[in-house]
Amino acid sequence: MSALVVGVTVFVLAAFVGFEVISKVPPTLHTPLMSGANAISGITIIGAVTAAGLGATPLAQILGFLAVATATVNVVGGFLVTDRMLEMFRSRTERRRDTE
Amino acid sequence: MTEILYLAGAVAFIVGLRRLGSPGTARSGNRIAAAGMLAVVVITLVTQDIVNWGTVVAGIAVGAVVGVWSAIRVQMTAMPQMVAIFNGLGGIASALVAATEVVEVDLGALSADTVVSILLSILIGAITFTGSFIAFGKLQGVLPGRPLLFPGQQALNALVVLGILGVGIWAGVSGQEVGYWVVGGLSLALGVLAVIPIGGADMPVVISLLNSFSGLAAAAAGFVIESNPLIIGGALVGAAGLILTFQMTEAMNRSLANVLFAGFGTEGGGIAPAGVADRPVKRATSEDAAISLGYADSVMIVPGYGLAVAQAQHAVRKLADALEERGTRVHYAIHPVAGRMPGHMNVLLAEADVPYEQLLDLEQADPQFPQTDVVLVLGANDVVNPSARDDPSSQIYGMPILNVDRAGTVIVVKRSLSPGFAGIDNPLFYDDKTLMFFADAKEALESTVSALKTL
Repeated sequence: MSALVVGVTVFVLAAFVGFEVISKVPPTLHTPLMSGANAISGITIIGAVTAAGLGATPLAQILGFLAVATATVNVVGGFLVTDRMLEMFRSRTERRRDTE
Repeated sequence: MTEILYLAGAVAFIVGLRRLGSPGTARSGNRIAAAGMLAVVVITLVTQDIVNWGTVVAGIAVGAVVGVWSAIRVQMTAMPQMVAIFNGLGGIASALVAATEVVEVDLGALSADTVVSILLSILIGAITFTGSFIAFGKLQGVLPGRPLLFPGQQALNALVVLGILGVGIWAGVSGQEVGYWVVGGLSLALGVLAVIPIGGADMPVVISLLNSFSGLAAAAAGFVIESNPLIIGGALVGAAGLILTFQMTEAMNRSLANVLFAGFGTEGGGIAPAGVADRPVKRATSEDAAISLGYADSVMIVPGYGLAVAQAQHAVRKLADALEERGTRVHYAIHPVAGRMPGHMNVLLAEADVPYEQLLDLEQADPQFPQTDVVLVLGANDVVNPSARDDPSSQIYGMPILNVDRAGTVIVVKRSLSPGFAGIDNPLFYDDKTLMFFADAKEALESTVSALKTL
């Protein structure tokens, strides 16, 4: 199989998994879920690391650097902010236990 | 071996996403996905024979500092804007990955599918970038929230789309580098043009859709560099984002096309906003509010964006505590699209430690209004607008609302009589049983708590 066919196969199957995994989400979790999914889309960071790490020309390195920096903000900020939101949802007893 | 390790990362994303969809497991789900991300980044750093370590490390360091700083600093009330910014940056990162490829490789020698992948990555990534920042501007109030419309807008948009298609095909066939940059520039412009005609109230839907886009951009970048984890992660988010988008438009009883292209909220609904400004309303002071609330058996609080703007989540909790001490039953009715993003109100009230059992969703709350003595509407507007139920000519007709006008008394805390985010007047304000308490939500709540003590 050519790389393209493999890629398309992987894409279609993954998209189906995405549709199936997110079935009925309670509105409460809508914002954190969107934020968490957004952080996952920062997966482009590995493309950015490869591009920046292997770029031969100065221009490629500048573009690569910008790609790594923006993707890292997306990943790090995204997961952290999601965690902060979800922390709010813990029950009161759980939080009391933590502060004791 | 590398591929197997990458697969483990992809599995972590799937498990993480699944767990994010249910309250008990959401936090661990997010952490599992984050661990998967860390793993694939480390694998990439180790296996990719990286030459320019300085560039890579500098990029990660800058990104990590900015990411941590903004994630810690952001107010819970500003969360939707924050997600928009992160999302836009993710989009441009994918476009930049493709751009790096453009400057590095011999464009004439590329296969057709790589050319298409590069162009798609640039196109979708750039639209996501500028579109997200416009959405941020509208939510933050930097840009006007109302739809920005001008003559010939549709024609201009169509022209830009045709330009992208034409230049894209030319760039692909001729292998001219400049063609790729023109596609990038036009795509950046398209992101702006596509979002400015959409009203501020619909920004959550736009952000959700752009979230899906940023996934697709990542997947396209995956095709460019032939990386399965990118394709998997991108496709997952592309699909998940789309589902979330449709769930939102469903909650508003509108179609996605209507949200994107209708210029929603430009003209008033059935009633001209200018005429109704003269209609009489019953004004209330904190004392009036305290008397109504203090002697009620049951109170339902309906929070909206005004609560978020005023940072009044802790103040509302104090009022609820004071009322409960007097023996009043207090519940909160949360409309699915209250605030600027579904679940926005839940996040805020959870921050103020409001017990989860007191939060009722639309289906649970609505049947209770006829038996509720007093409803306290805090900076909500469109989600309690009876026009959605009664007035077929209204723009929001058919949207499920909280029928607060069926309760005994309604107290509306609002800064002015101005229409809500959707730009539609609200007959509820002129109803006989409605008391209008014109004030900032936080001040209103605090003064009402003081007034309650003197009862």
